Amino acid sequence: MTDQTAAVEAVDLRMRYGFRSGTVLDGCSFRLPAGSISALVGPNGAGKSTLLAIAAGLRRPTGGTVRLLGGVPGENRERVAFVAQNKPLYPQLTVAGTLRLGAELNPGRWDQDAAENIAYGGGAEPKAAVRKLSGGQRTRVALALAFGKRPELMLLDEPMADLDPLARHQLTGALMAQAAEHGTSIVMSSHVVAELESCCDHLLLLSSGRVQLGGTCDEIVEAHSRLTGTGEDFGSHEVVEEQGSGRGRTALVRPDGKPDTGVWDVEQPSLEEIFLAHLRNPAAPALVTGSVAPATSAREAAI
Amino acid sequence: MLGRVIEYRIDRHSGVATYLQIVKQTKQAMRLGLLEPDDKLPTAREVVEATAVNPNTVLKAYRELEREGLVEARRGLGTFVRKSLSGASTDSALGRELSQWMERVRADGLDREGAVALFHAALDKEFPEVEQR
Repeated sequence: MTDQTAAVEAVDLRMRYGFRSGTVLDGCSFRLPAGSISALVGPNGAGKSTLLAIAAGLRRPTGGTVRLLGGVPGENRERVAFVAQNKPLYPQLTVAGTLRLGAELNPGRWDQDAAENIAYGGGAEPKAAVRKLSGGQRTRVALALAFGKRPELMLLDEPMADLDPLARHQLTGALMAQAAEHGTSIVMSSHVVAELESCCDHLLLLSSGRVQLGGTCDEIVEAHSRLTGTGEDFGSHEVVEEQGSGRGRTALVRPDGKPDTGVWDVEQPSLEEIFLAHLRNPAAPALVTGSVAPATSAREAAI
Repeated sequence: MLGRVIEYRIDRHSGVATYLQIVKQTKQAMRLGLLEPDDKLPTAREVVEATAVNPNTVLKAYRELEREGLVEARRGLGTFVRKSLSGASTDSALGRELSQWMERVRADGLDREGAVALFHAALDKEFPEVEQR
């Protein structure tokens, strides 16, 4: 196992809110390496926001552990930025006042230029009160606090949801530039995988509180094939989803060795196709590749 | 040196891997004489800020160009063009000859598709390797 510190490492993380409600996280284990840009995806209610809130130290899990940059949540607060889905800000403060708050709360690391570039890029005036901003402008101010802090890890819960396509592109570009220049690790959640496909290198698909797919985007794509043909059955290839195809059959599978190209027409599905097939088939077995398997659980497995 | 740095256009629906789009656009710019030896490619930071793609994708593209001997990374300075591919400029003797050939094709009554078919037949005969995806 590598000794390199993970950006986020969760081991058997469990969460339920009270006895009446169901389990939100049900044994979630993964490891996102430092410097990675990770997409946290999954259907509504899969546990994405809960997972991020636990990582940010805002909620205590019912069971299991999570470590950020080698420390427990809350321990590395100055090195971690978290932007919650509802973008909590002080409504009565001005934009400039909010940035000043960021500067005062982050002595020694605050980057005013970086914060201003993000906050004022959408036309917001420094003297405007936060409560009078549009949804997109509020998002920019919330992200500006995260950028200004120059964190080593950014946890972003649906950061782009309120933004128009141009602002989305600009802010994703700003995030990528931050990662390229400072090696910042980024974890961002979304339920649209297409918008994360070209900017993320790691993918974590949560389904019913567990990791259903985890790995680098390349590993996940390479682990799947679409087979079409008239063969009897798919043999030892693990079928994620099968569809009718005229007289033949077609399926998204995790191939066991190279599929027989004499029998099957083999295609490479896109990451989004794989994502959708798993959403439609939550019972498909989990696939977590070596690069995101937590070191501790691998050790336990070895014992 | 160029007045402006090359900007990449990423088509997310083309089915062509993003890093290959960057490789191809760089080569195209070199062929057209938009990039000449000692011109600097944009930094990974500049590319990702403009295109919103993952930084590793840009580094992979630049490594591929380096592997093909077209560019070189100079430590602390950036990535620079090593070779000239601009023999294929539309202004060159070959480019002008091809234009004249196209005029003759049109004069002979062939349409655009006919010209493409002839061109590709000759191209495949002379350069039989498979075009990489």
